[in-house]
Amino acid sequence: MNAVGSAQIWNGSIDILIVGEGIDEAAIHASKLDGVDKILKFDAPHLNHSLAEDVANIIFKIGKEYNVIIAPHTWFSRNILPRAAALLDVSMISDVLEINEDNIYIRSTYAGNVHAKLKSDDPIQVLTVHSSKFNAVGLNGNAKIIDSKVPEALNLSRWEKEKKIESDRPPLINAKVVISGGRSLGSAEQFNEVLTPLADKLEAAIGATRAAVDAGYAPNEIQVGQTGVVVAPDLYIAIGVSGANQHIYGMKDSRVVVAINNDPDATIFKFADYGLVADLFEAVPEMATLVSKT
Amino acid sequence: MKILVAIKRVQDYNIKVRPKSDGSDVDLEGVKMGVNPFDENAIEEAIRLKEEGFASEIVGVSIGSSLSQDVLRQSLAMGVDRVILVEAEEVLQPLAVAKVLKKVVEKEKPDLILLGKLALDSDAGQTGQMLAGLLNCSQATFASSIEIKDGEVFITREVDGGTESIVTKTPTVLTADLRLNEPRFVKLPNLMMARKKPIETIKVDDLGVDVSSRLNTISVSEPLPRKEGIKVKDVKELLQKLNDIEGLKI
Ligand SMILES: Cc1cc2nc3c(=O)[nH]c(=O)nc-3n(C[C@H](O)[C@H](O)[C@H](O)COP(=O)(O)OP(=O)(O)OC[C@H]3O[C@@H](n4cnc5c(N)ncnc54)[C@H](O)[C@@H]3O)c2cc1C
Repeated sequence: MNAVGSAQIWNGSIDILIVGEGIDEAAIHASKLDGVDKILKFDAPHLNHSLAEDVANIIFKIGKEYNVIIAPHTWFSRNILPRAAALLDVSMISDVLEINEDNIYIRSTYAGNVHAKLKSDDPIQVLTVHSSKFNAVGLNGNAKIIDSKVPEALNLSRWEKEKKIESDRPPLINAKVVISGGRSLGSAEQFNEVLTPLADKLEAAIGATRAAVDAGYAPNEIQVGQTGVVVAPDLYIAIGVSGANQHIYGMKDSRVVVAINNDPDATIFKFADYGLVADLFEAVPEMATLVSKT
Repeated sequence: MKILVAIKRVQDYNIKVRPKSDGSDVDLEGVKMGVNPFDENAIEEAIRLKEEGFASEIVGVSIGSSLSQDVLRQSLAMGVDRVILVEAEEVLQPLAVAKVLKKVVEKEKPDLILLGKLALDSDAGQTGQMLAGLLNCSQATFASSIEIKDGEVFITREVDGGTESIVTKTPTVLTADLRLNEPRFVKLPNLMMARKKPIETIKVDDLGVDVSSRLNTISVSEPLPRKEGIKVKDVKELLQKLNDIEGLKI
């Protein structure tokens, strides 16, 4: 929805590409997005798992008819879009924060420490956008759904299985509240014991630093940062997190940031609206008790 | 199997890089440089596959100025067999790098091509996928595990909200996540030995590929810092601020 919002800057007509197997429902949902002309539906059994080779091939086949190809900066798009760009012999601009006229962009580099302003000379603009920087469009549209002819399977790779994290919590990416724990939680048991009651009360998603993931306290999928997930919730609570560059990258667009750390000089306080210098093992349970939201 | 590993020279991950005062580019003067961490995982994986008997030869390649010799020597010290430097004075963009690597692949004919999933400087994370596209071969990005069985390559890779396992046909392009392995420390004697090994050097102009920049940097700047926050004295005050000032209703 935010990617469609970002595309409106060009003032052209907007089509949406949907690829998969049995995707009627997704296509109908997409057709309601405001300001969209057509939904191009590529529905076939071999597209079930959206293998990069086949999806990039579709983008390559239809891409020449477009001036701009946009996707949100997710693992899904980051896997496919560079391949499609190379097939189209154009460069790609990753993680765009701002789009200006004349194909001028601002994107983040050096783990978010530097913003680069650049101009693209390519005939087709291929980019992924940092979703939280763009407004989502509404759902009052009525786009036409077009069943497109699917190219044959390339059979270069095959899908075996997947492991998605099962959780009753909201997904990290679009949670309104995220609480993240660091290495200082000390063990997987304490990570859960300390963070879960507060997360339950706040209906929050739980995130972790890489140090906590590496130590085995938390699963890979919830790592926040440059090499993990980028989040921008209403409220982000960093608990026993030092504030390394790579972690900040993943949360600095949050609306309100709270840091709880027992080191008054911890870097994380520079990025926090509210800092509490305290032992997390005392402050977090206290907070869970005092929070009134249930 | 033969493995090609691509290696980039980037700033040390602990360093906070800043723009030059005129905003024309980033200031790398005196900044500690080394092997891109994700590329180190790629090198490590290649060496393990060789130690396990799956690979016969590992070739390392870097594209950059003569300064990139140091990262190639580092890779030799880790256990790479042979290295190539494609010398280019300008910093090449991912599409250009992919085109150069394609030439190297055509010459070396590796079965596995390993890269890092992104480079710490440009943060683009495109090169591997672009190379696979140009080669029309299979790809598996953000790999956290790589195994070889009966000539097929089994990969576990990161997807949104979890992982998936896929199998690719060779030749295949794989990009390494930090979780793939723990790169080994280089021993000093190995580094000394690596100094004596030859580096095959090719001039990028001799490859006959279009390496022109399509994206022109207008300026670079430091992002606006978050506005300075305040310290609260206890949990009560914290909750009061979150409710009263931020309107969070918690
Ligand atoms: C290439 C690369 C990519 C990376 N990507 C990421 C990434 O995506 N995400 C990420 O998070 N990291 C990433 N890292 C790692 C990053 O550099 C840091 O090492 C990591 O974020 C530190 O995690 P931490 O804050 O949990 O641990 P530490 O840095 O060890 O900090 C622990 C903090 O806890 C505090 N503390 C200790 N005890 C208590 C207590 N009882 N109460 C309150 N506070 C306490 C300490 O004061 C300290 O500030 C990456 C590193 C590299 C090299």
